[in-house]
Amino acid sequence: MTTQLPPGLEIEKLDERIMTLNVGPQHPGSGHMRLIVKVDGDYIVSCDPDPGYVHRGEEKMAEYRNYITNIPHLERPVIHDSCNILYPYCLGVEEILGLEVPERAKYLRVIASELNRCVYTQYWLAIYGIFLGHSTMFMWPAGDRELLIDALEKMTGARVTHAYFVPGGIRNDVPANFEDMLLRRVDYFEKRIKEYAAIFYDNPILISRTRDAGILSREDAIRLGTTGSTLRASGVDFDVRTKEPYDVYEELDVKVNTLKAGDSYARSKIPWLDMLDSCNIIRQAVQKMPKSGSVRVKLKPNPKGGNTEVYKRVESGRGSLGCYIISDSKPEPYRVKMSVGSFRNLICIPYLLKGEKLGNMPAVYWSLNYWPVEADR
Amino acid sequence: MSTEETKPVVKAEAKELPAFEKSIADTLEKKFGSKTTIEFVKPTRIRVKVSKENVLEVAKFIRDELHFDHAESVSGVDYPSQKEIEVVYHLGSYTDPELAKQVLTLATRAPREENPNPGNDSTRLPSLREIFYSVEFHERECFEMLGVFFEGHPDNRRLLLPEDWADLPPLRRDFKIKGR
Repeated sequence: MTTQLPPGLEIEKLDERIMTLNVGPQHPGSGHMRLIVKVDGDYIVSCDPDPGYVHRGEEKMAEYRNYITNIPHLERPVIHDSCNILYPYCLGVEEILGLEVPERAKYLRVIASELNRCVYTQYWLAIYGIFLGHSTMFMWPAGDRELLIDALEKMTGARVTHAYFVPGGIRNDVPANFEDMLLRRVDYFEKRIKEYAAIFYDNPILISRTRDAGILSREDAIRLGTTGSTLRASGVDFDVRTKEPYDVYEELDVKVNTLKAGDSYARSKIPWLDMLDSCNIIRQAVQKMPKSGSVRVKLKPNPKGGNTEVYKRVESGRGSLGCYIISDSKPEPYRVKMSVGSFRNLICIPYLLKGEKLGNMPAVYWSLNYWPVEADR
Repeated sequence: MSTEETKPVVKAEAKELPAFEKSIADTLEKKFGSKTTIEFVKPTRIRVKVSKENVLEVAKFIRDELHFDHAESVSGVDYPSQKEIEVVYHLGSYTDPELAKQVLTLATRAPREENPNPGNDSTRLPSLREIFYSVEFHERECFEMLGVFFEGHPDNRRLLLPEDWADLPPLRRDFKIKGR
């Protein structure tokens, strides 16, 4: 036990010109995190992100629960994207326990995770819109995402915290006539999000605020180890769904959207393009899915694996999401580590905001597709 | 009609290691010999264990010669029975399309103290931040969660925990959640 401060916590002396601003954690422009911003006039000299306000110790909690009881709490970091955050955990546990997932469950998993990607992205887009002062862009996505939330509710039984994926398949099969209802909704949803281009993405005010703000070059995107839309907006063609396909993504036609500019505008556009692509993936998956069959394998109570470790990754709404599980032949995992996209993109915040105008801060910060709760875990 | 039963052909278990992954592991083994231990070679996953004295050299080789260019995750794992704390780097590559599906696991170990004093005890490792810039925040998290001090890291501060946290580093096995 120690009460001594670790090195690096000393109080530093500042220049007369420099002013320190605390943005957050209560400020609505920062989410549940604090940005310690030093400004010289209107320009940001340095920015020090201070996450941790919503740290819940998910990884520690996972050491106390068995593989099945870990499911509901591990999805809590991103409840809007709860299928995707559970996906690598379930893939990992399946490898540890040696389970083979039924074919129909694999397709239903893909459908659920693509729907979740859209639901998450709509939520993020609503926040991005309102922080750029575009309140219609808050109302539209917030309303349209209800369409898919309803579809997910029929599928899983819960609006946002689905806990739908379990090692060995999914919790329950979908109701009768689900496919027709889903396709109708997806068609309408696609029509709706195409309308966002006219009001938001082609809007000269948005373009003037976000174009050339916070440019991340291709080399730096790679060096900083960014992921997801941040990486693909800088021209790197990397998507786990195509590079290391899991479940049935190999049989589906997944388009990887990339843009070359690397600025906030490109970063804000990639998730929208991904949503359009998700609609296509859902249609393909519904078409190819076996029309009947089991959706989960029966597990023994308190299942346990051998002395082994796995690292599985999937593409979530915020980029590659890895899960590292160590098993030591006990029903509880020895260690669960979630390497989440938001935490990996955190490194961009000090890097991109340095030298930027303070007014550009929300445009750059939210374009990173950063979800503070997920980064803190 | 023959009464003889046809016996099922017993297939030998595929013992062959995946070729591409094996070639990466062989390159490492050839270059460093006994300095590295290849712990497993599975499809798309290789695990390399290295002592803390050699970790910088091996990591530099992995970046420059094997073209892994970023860290996906840095996890600390506590092994109280072996009196060691392991730090596991999962490295990936964006630049080399052949390596896109590969994840190279680089593991190294630091001595573990019974009564830790993070930053001032022998639980230290060289930081890989000069080699893989992307480990910066991951190593900070590892420092506060397990008390591993990374020498050469420019910013060894707390990240997620409260500033006044004065208990054990919480991801050590001897830190118990109250009430469980």
